[in-house]
Amino acid sequence: MTPAPRRTRLRPTDLLRLGMIGPRTRRMRSALSALGISLGIAAVIAVTGISSSNQAHLLERLDRLGSNLITVAPGNGADQKPAPLPPTAEKMLADIAPVQQVTATGATKAQVYRNDLVPTQQTGSLTVLAARPNLLDVLHATVRSGRWLDTASENLPVTVLGDRAAQRLGVTAPGERVWLGGQWFVVSGILAPNELAPELGTAALVGWPEATAHLGADGTAATVYLRSHPERVPDVQAVAAATANPAGPSTVAVSRPSDLYTARSEAKNALTGLVLALAAVALLVGGVGIANTMVVSVMERRGEIGLRRALGARGGQIAAQFLLEAVLMGLTGGIGGLALGALTVYGYALAQGWPATIPLATTAAAPLVSVLVAAAAGIYPALRAAKASPTDALRSA
Amino acid sequence: MTHHQPKGTTPVLQLTGVTKEYTGSPPLRILHGIDLTVDHGELLAVVGPSGSGKSTLLALLGSLDRPTTGRLCFEGHDLAALTDPQLAALRAHRIGFVFQQFFLLPGLTTVENVATGLLYSGAPATLRRTAAVEALHEVGLGHRLHHHPDQLSGGEMQRVAIARALVGNPALLLADEPTGALDSASGATVVDLLRTLNAKGTTIVVITHDRDLAASFPRRIGIHDGRIDFDERTPHPAGAPR
Ligand SMILES: Nc1ncnc2c1ncn2[C@@H]1O[C@H](COP(=O)(O)OP(=O)(O)OP(=O)(O)O)[C@@H](O)[C@H]1O
Ligand SMILES: [Mg+2]
Repeated sequence: MTPAPRRTRLRPTDLLRLGMIGPRTRRMRSALSALGISLGIAAVIAVTGISSSNQAHLLERLDRLGSNLITVAPGNGADQKPAPLPPTAEKMLADIAPVQQVTATGATKAQVYRNDLVPTQQTGSLTVLAARPNLLDVLHATVRSGRWLDTASENLPVTVLGDRAAQRLGVTAPGERVWLGGQWFVVSGILAPNELAPELGTAALVGWPEATAHLGADGTAATVYLRSHPERVPDVQAVAAATANPAGPSTVAVSRPSDLYTARSEAKNALTGLVLALAAVALLVGGVGIANTMVVSVMERRGEIGLRRALGARGGQIAAQFLLEAVLMGLTGGIGGLALGALTVYGYALAQGWPATIPLATTAAAPLVSVLVAAAAGIYPALRAAKASPTDALRSA
Repeated sequence: MTHHQPKGTTPVLQLTGVTKEYTGSPPLRILHGIDLTVDHGELLAVVGPSGSGKSTLLALLGSLDRPTTGRLCFEGHDLAALTDPQLAALRAHRIGFVFQQFFLLPGLTTVENVATGLLYSGAPATLRRTAAVEALHEVGLGHRLHHHPDQLSGGEMQRVAIARALVGNPALLLADEPTGALDSASGATVVDLLRTLNAKGTTIVVITHDRDLAASFPRRIGIHDGRIDFDERTPHPAGAPR
């Protein structure tokens, strides 16, 4: 009597070849099923990639602007009215050890208009500020056109406009005039936008001596800007209020613009959640598509299933074949989606002038998630194929 | 192995009181108490009217299905004692099937189709391939190795299917109406192949509706309404004209 043959297992390469039969012979159908997964994955990659590219861009910009900038400004006093900083504030703040640079703007009583015919109420919410000569230097700000104030022009009716101020005043180029504090001022320059000091965008800046002499500035600072040693920023923040106004530290507002800036840019990503939900729906639909394709495939291939059982396949090997087929479809879809999403991110980043980045975790998770979705979708059809009785499968084929 | 088996060896198949019922209400009894012994090297035709249970019997012989009651031994193993995976292994190593509808896989070439006959026996790919090429030469299709099934005639397709069944050197070859879909010339080629295979020692059971073909076989079993109607042998089968 011959001994009962021992059971054998399929080699991985053989199994892989089996799993390829369906996709190979039914290309269009498999491609369409994989497409559903692709779209879901592409959406996730695009959304996370664009948002992380945006983030990278912001960080890059912040790096250039410096995240060690601290602003000290009058806050509200006990009577809920702004309490001006003491005249000594600027000097005192400069004496904090880790503070490397100090500059300030000062309030004036003047308003600025396009010309002398504009009614005085229509200020266009622009402010006139006295500026220290080193203001641009400390803020890493630049003039978009024209020139910054110098030792000569800071004593003259000369102004430098923030970019939005220039726009609202209809000033397109240096050399034009604006009506400021009841007299004509020559615009010597226009600032480029600066994320860390957005308040300068709507300001007309004049020299500190000119402002105190003719525009009613009292010489105290409206905002003091500090550059701290990068690693000592929290220390400086902690003592800045008491240093600026020892008599009333609680009336001093100390902030770090880079924090505000990142918080603001993160708030913009609230839309991300919605897109991710849509992507999840797309993945679900993709999974249902694969399940549907597999159910049809199992029904069509009953003859093949019966034949393989007759050739000695175990139920489990039949299930493995069909499950692998679903997984391969998912993997193809996932990789396709990854490519599509990456292309979108690179295209978008290129158009925006951002550095394109896709979070590594997302890149790794994309094929994994699509494989999991496909496997979940393939389980039921695969088990059905495995459970079919060989004789039934052969007869009904 | 020759087809003259010494007395006392284990038969390939031994059925005692085998019945088959399909569940349902009322249950449908297709086979009623089949007793049958098939020895090594036999060439056996199963005949009978449509619906009499021939295919059902063949599935039992090939361990594709289990008897409802009764005992079925293959090479001395009581199949009732084997698990489903063990039965699958038995089919992979010891049994070959040929069907009327060929069941060739459309996405694979003839070599690949034939090599599939060895896939579940655990043979490595290169060995499967060489054996498949050899088997295709044996059935006279050495020049059709890389064709796809849809490029072959019906007779050629059935020869590929036979190559797939014989590639694993099975002890038992079961054929369910192998010539049923073929014209007489192609059918004759297929039958010649089966005879050659039998002459090399393979035990073969063939279901057929072709009376002349059955008459040319050394042993014939008639099935009628799920019972063995007759079991007759021709004294000198070897070299008998078809
Ligand atoms: N799974 C099943 N459930 C119920 N009845 C079945 C099942 N399989 C087969 N039958 C019935 O069993 C009977 C015998 O079928 P079988 O296929 O064995 O006949 P056959 O002799 O091969 O006929 P043919 O010559 O037409 O191929 C038929 O009446 C068939 O309807
Ligand atoms: Mg039949």
